[in-house]
Amino acid sequence: MYEELGASRTRRTVTATTRLMRALHLDGMLLSGLAAISCFGLFVLYSAAGDNTALWLSQLARFGIGIAVMVAIAQVPDHFLRMAAPAAYVLGLLLLVLVAVAGDVGKGAQRWLDIGVVRFQPSELMKLAVPMMCAWYLHQRPLPPSARDVIAVAFMVMVPVLLIAEQPDLGTALLVAAAGFLVLVLGGLSPAYLLAGVAVVGAAVPVAWNLMRDYQRQRVLTLLDPQSDALGAGYHIIQSQIAIGSGGIFGKGWTNGSQAQLEFLPERSTDFIFAVVGEELGLLGLVALLGAYLFVVGRGLYMANQCRDAFTRLMSGSIALTFFVYAFVNAGMVTGLLPVVGVPLPLVSYGGSSLVTLLAGFGILMSLHSSRKLLGP
Amino acid sequence: MRRVRIKDENLEQRIFLQRSLIAAAVAIALLLVLSGRAFWLQVLRHDHFSELSQGNRARIEPLPPNRGIIYDRAGRVVAENTPSYQLEFVREQAGDLDQMLARLTQFGLLERDDVPRVRRLVLSRRAFEAVPIRLQLDQEEIANYAVHRHELPGVMLETRMARHYPYGTLGSHALGYVSTISEDDLVRVDKERYFGTGVIGKTGIERAYQDELLGAGGYREVLVNAEGRSVIALGGQAGQLRSRAPRAGHDLRLTLDIELQRVAVEAMAGRRGAVVALDPSSGDVLVLASLPGFDPNGFARGISRRDYLALTEDPDQPLFNRVLSGTYPPGSTIKPFMALAGLEYDVVAPENTVYCPGHFSLPNSRHRFRDWKRQGHGTVDMHNAVMQSCDVYFYRLANTLGIERIHEAMNRIGFGAPTGIDIGGERGGIMPSPQWKKTVFKQREQQVWFPGETVILGIGQGYWTATPLQLANATALLAMRGQHFRPRLIRALIEPVTGAVEERAPQALPPVELKDRANWEVIVDAMVAVTTGPRGTAVRASRGATYSIAGKTGTAQVFSVGQTEKYDESKVAERLRDHALFIAFAPAEAPRLVISVLVENGGHGSSAAAPVARAVFDAYLAHGAG
Repeated sequence: MYEELGASRTRRTVTATTRLMRALHLDGMLLSGLAAISCFGLFVLYSAAGDNTALWLSQLARFGIGIAVMVAIAQVPDHFLRMAAPAAYVLGLLLLVLVAVAGDVGKGAQRWLDIGVVRFQPSELMKLAVPMMCAWYLHQRPLPPSARDVIAVAFMVMVPVLLIAEQPDLGTALLVAAAGFLVLVLGGLSPAYLLAGVAVVGAAVPVAWNLMRDYQRQRVLTLLDPQSDALGAGYHIIQSQIAIGSGGIFGKGWTNGSQAQLEFLPERSTDFIFAVVGEELGLLGLVALLGAYLFVVGRGLYMANQCRDAFTRLMSGSIALTFFVYAFVNAGMVTGLLPVVGVPLPLVSYGGSSLVTLLAGFGILMSLHSSRKLLGP
Repeated sequence: MRRVRIKDENLEQRIFLQRSLIAAAVAIALLLVLSGRAFWLQVLRHDHFSELSQGNRARIEPLPPNRGIIYDRAGRVVAENTPSYQLEFVREQAGDLDQMLARLTQFGLLERDDVPRVRRLVLSRRAFEAVPIRLQLDQEEIANYAVHRHELPGVMLETRMARHYPYGTLGSHALGYVSTISEDDLVRVDKERYFGTGVIGKTGIERAYQDELLGAGGYREVLVNAEGRSVIALGGQAGQLRSRAPRAGHDLRLTLDIELQRVAVEAMAGRRGAVVALDPSSGDVLVLASLPGFDPNGFARGISRRDYLALTEDPDQPLFNRVLSGTYPPGSTIKPFMALAGLEYDVVAPENTVYCPGHFSLPNSRHRFRDWKRQGHGTVDMHNAVMQSCDVYFYRLANTLGIERIHEAMNRIGFGAPTGIDIGGERGGIMPSPQWKKTVFKQREQQVWFPGETVILGIGQGYWTATPLQLANATALLAMRGQHFRPRLIRALIEPVTGAVEERAPQALPPVELKDRANWEVIVDAMVAVTTGPRGTAVRASRGATYSIAGKTGTAQVFSVGQTEKYDESKVAERLRDHALFIAFAPAEAPRLVISVLVENGGHGSSAAAPVARAVFDAYLAHGAG
């Protein structure tokens, strides 16, 4: 009934654009949300890049590549994606091992694999391959998942996560873990398991503390008291809070943020670009951006609910919610609510790999969603 | 038994919807938390963070005030601010540091010995900062730089204002000098006013009037980035930068006449000593020369350690202000004052005579106090005693007066205490008394006052010391017949912006009243006779003068001559020769100028010191200056 109403309304408002969208397996609403965030992101990045126009242009080019990838993946039929899931997962796992053995070191972490023309991060592939594998595994089994399935999925998630965390890339590890874990939650993971999981995590804190590298421990300590190391590890957090706080309700104006423009704000075009939004566009800018994220997540969840089978549903829902986790973790760390874990602000931060991965994910979401329409009632 | 589960599409879809809704609710809740955090930062704590952000972006740059200009009596500039050229070095623009320093040495812009110091200096600062490596370049060095400029990237010629004394050594001891603020200075000054000021007055007028000359420093905020590099303001960034304009210091108008000072210095012809000239009707100091002088420009531009040592270790002590701080036995120059005391205490009348056999002895003593004239002056009254400078007359007078009365009288005339001139560093000299002896000497047997010590005070010897300024000041009192002014170097302060002139009135001191005013004329007449009388000691120096000079010569012993020896000038080492002194005022009947001259190791006051005073009188009176 619900679906019929939506379908009939769609039929009534068919235009040339919607016809093209449908032909390309794209979702207009989701696309507008993504476009709004992307344009907002490019707008802010232009300011955050300062005089470095080349940086902005290269980000623009990456958007071009990302959109092409998204549109291309949207054309891939859902059963092909389902078939490819285990292969992609195994390939990703092998590459992660390869990186650990023979990867390039960049910024003190070993996460790059040089394959001739492009340097490639297998961890990016895992952001999509892990939830896909989990969804693939669960869709063959009755839901809510049995204890055995939960353990199997947890294992599937934790192996690549630990490999990534060991690189070390805490941010990506966190996102990959979230993507897999969200598949379980959406699949109907019993609240009892959730509580058990929380308990396990709580118990794991001291263990994790011992396993953490010094800089990671420092980040946690600095989060608790940024002033303790104002010129060292706390500098990022202090400066980003000054930037946001001094922005006020309306902001200092585009390209007028002194914290950002005078380079007091570190990583202003990458991980800390959220602070540039806060400083230059104020509380209104921040709320508008967060609202746009919420819209994309909501639309993604809505689309996931329209899917016709467990695999597409779980995969779509995981992609939508992981996007939220991305935005929340970044905004949380920049505003000083969470430790600095090195997660970029989706579609806004400068950087190629994560952008392409994100858009590829939305390509999958659209592909899965459009499959429903092609085979639907 | 294990229950076999089968997939239930409807159930799964329901679960998924339920979980999606929960997830959406959680997401909304988390976004509200984020928005709340942003609200806290941007609304509730906005002022706090705004201030921090302002503190980040703005660096305060000092705007130094213009130091006041100093003019002499006639409006001639004697201390000013002129641009000076210095070399500044920016490391990041210079390429290879060592190569650049080698090049600077090669072009004669840097001493080879200085290279390690400059290298350390440059490396101690940030790469983009301009570090001054050479101050006060001379014309040749500027030309050298101009020729090689293209080979010296990162080396810049910068202009700064520096203190300049156009008359060089001429006014050195009156003007004093400015130099780099030391840590000792910092303790006693208000640091905010000195913001951006690198120098402070160290001696003389520059020090005494430091507050008036300084003005107050200003500042401006300059936009800086996180490295501390100043950046050109972009758009809205320039707004809300604060600044405060500096306030220029007051200009000073001196009582000093720098051209008259030149006359005095030239008349001294390179000898060591001091010349002071006062206007007795106001206390204005027209000449204040201590010789040798030094070039205050050296201090203002940053004196090298070697040059400074050369000044401090010079046996002629060029940094020593003989006028204010040099205490010398006043010698016979005090005889008129001693005579005045005799008249005032009524122990002698002008017409009373004394026979001078060439020596004087106390009753029951074989010790002979000798007269400078071996064969004696014969019978002399007061007039003749002053004119011929008869020692025996004054030995006797001092003995009659007694130490207590001498002490009291000379104190009233100003001996034994600083004159209170408006620049620092002045010493009071010694006007001895039995009381004084008790405080100065520790051993009981040295604390006794001997009658012989009173006797030699009669000719200005013994413990008595005075500064050339004190002598001039006392002479001014005599010239003004008891009227008295505090010596001063500043006539007026000028506000540089409005041009408002604040005149400083002469500071009259309580006059010295005599029981019989006619006694002033007795003394003045005798002093006129010194320069005009038949046996006057300064007749030669005043021959041909178109005005009347009242004066008194003096010769102060540097070392004592044995009882039977004869002092032979030619055989005594130059440094041990007597100091020559001369005090005078003119015209005698209506005095306009008082002079005190001291020539260290100059020999006789009549031949060495009096001609200097004559030259100054001539310049001042004959040409109607002032």
